[in-house]
Amino acid sequence: MLETVASCTLAVDEKAVIKKNRLAPRDGAEGKKRIAIVTGIHGDELEGQYVCYELIRRINGGYADLNGIVDVYPMLNPLGADAVTRQIPMFDLDMNRIFPGSESGSPWEHMAKKVLDDITGADLCIDIHSSDIFLREIPQVRIAAEEKMRLLPFAKRLNCDFVWVGSSSAVRPSSLSYALNSAGTPCLVVEMGAGMRITKEYGDQLLDGIFAIMSDMGIWSGPVREVSNPIVSSDGEVTIIHCNKSGVFMPAIRHWIGICEGDHIGDILNVYTGEIEEEIFSPVSGMVFTLREYPVVSSGSLIARILGGGR
Amino acid sequence: MTKEIIYKFESAYRGDFNVKAYHFNKGEKSCCIVGALRGNEIQQLYVCSKLIKALNELEKQCRISYGHKITVIPCVNPFSLNIGKRFWSNDNRDINRDFPGAADGEPTQRIAARLMNAVSGYQYGIQFASFYIQGDFIPHVRMMETGKENTGLANLFGLPYVVKRNPRPFDRNTLNYNWQLNGTSAFSVYTNETEDIDEASADLAVASVLRFLSRMGIIKHQCHGGYMSTILEEESLMPVKSAVGGIYRRKKHPGDEVVRGEIMAEIFDPYENNVIEEIKAPCNGIVFFAHKSPVVCESMVLYKIIKRLKN
Repeated sequence: MLETVASCTLAVDEKAVIKKNRLAPRDGAEGKKRIAIVTGIHGDELEGQYVCYELIRRINGGYADLNGIVDVYPMLNPLGADAVTRQIPMFDLDMNRIFPGSESGSPWEHMAKKVLDDITGADLCIDIHSSDIFLREIPQVRIAAEEKMRLLPFAKRLNCDFVWVGSSSAVRPSSLSYALNSAGTPCLVVEMGAGMRITKEYGDQLLDGIFAIMSDMGIWSGPVREVSNPIVSSDGEVTIIHCNKSGVFMPAIRHWIGICEGDHIGDILNVYTGEIEEEIFSPVSGMVFTLREYPVVSSGSLIARILGGGR
Repeated sequence: MTKEIIYKFESAYRGDFNVKAYHFNKGEKSCCIVGALRGNEIQQLYVCSKLIKALNELEKQCRISYGHKITVIPCVNPFSLNIGKRFWSNDNRDINRDFPGAADGEPTQRIAARLMNAVSGYQYGIQFASFYIQGDFIPHVRMMETGKENTGLANLFGLPYVVKRNPRPFDRNTLNYNWQLNGTSAFSVYTNETEDIDEASADLAVASVLRFLSRMGIIKHQCHGGYMSTILEEESLMPVKSAVGGIYRRKKHPGDEVVRGEIMAEIFDPYENNVIEEIKAPCNGIVFFAHKSPVVCESMVLYKIIKRLKN
């Protein structure tokens, strides 16, 4: 059933509305376990859109197997999605920096509070992100180090390739996941793909994990696929590579491959002079789980993250 | 006066990115003043330019006290300012959410780290700042409550108000917060405007900084005494919010006195020009903040009022 979680009347003949679809067992929702699937906190992150569609479609196709509540929030930043912007338009606010929100704050702080209140109390929340337009990510779960004990068992069942335990910005204070975990509602952050894109195979991979977790929780009694064991790593085992020159990045490697120390990752090109401004080599051996997607770079732009041999 | 480029990089398609510092006199690092961190902070840049002119004159007249060095960094983000974008020109990150920065991190983290390095060690730090909600303020000095703030010193600016802010999670990555943690007595000065130039409040801001420097014995300058500042907790300001969206006509401005029930603004139906909401003062007091944009949505903070103790 479609429900309005939060709404705000805009200036001219329109409402901004955050909606959810509640899928509940036919015999009622009372006392049942609840999972929340949330995405679209950044308007340019679309990987979760296919996941929401396919999750609802599959549940509707086997509704008798649903034994708990599935709340699907496909788009927390509807104005941003429409305007193709990461932030909330007009306010230029990053919605994942305003939680837990506020009754007395700006309209979107107010909306953030209503979203948080609506999700709080769920047995699990999965917040799906898709990097940004600049980077491509393998399907991965990010959890804050202090939540490792509580969240790692869930994270391992999500069928992602990698679990990063650390200080990613998606799990820091003022994020939705931080606010939920602080309020006692376990929340996992998934990062996969790239901004403004949908990668169907990543979505299907994550869906297998979501159904597996729902099965573990007793929410779903239909068939589920075997999930793979992810690599679990902490900040200290991740090497982050930035460029030091500006120009156009041309990768020499593919995403999610193993590389050795000294391997050529790519070049920063000067398109005016036909020269290479900077050659980038890997300082460690490991797996490239993040790779630059948007070619234009400035001094300091993130080029790759490598799992293994961290510094 | 000497000029120094404190951070520079070559961009792919534009000229060099430069952050310039203007130094006055030699000696111990007495005071550092920082202007526009964001691309819409035109007034903040303008105030710094006036201050550089004034300090240059004082230096020529040997009225900067012996052994006291003053530095002004008028603009930290010329790339965004030149294209009319509030945040970083490329990835829309906010430099004032990236402190203390990282010397080998993302472009905005590198800028923040170089700035932090350049401004550290000063006894006093002053930032001309802007607020994340559009609108006008009574000129004031704002301080984060880090446990190291000194409101007694803030009074010496002679501005009408000193506001103490209990930091929220996102404040911990601002220049002001990190400057204070770094041992500098840091103050944020807010004038009436951000995107437009307001001569009167720009002059007030320049006078307040010169007054502060004079009272600290850093310059020899005759000035008016200014105000006996009133110290306010930010939480004590009463918000006045809209209940509807529409066209907003402001009747009360920062500094105006209001009595309970008085109409402060009207909101009109955007199609039919009927008044759909009268914004009434909820208490007797003085307008501290007033929303500016002519369009408003529901739940917008239109005013913040300094409540009179006895209504």
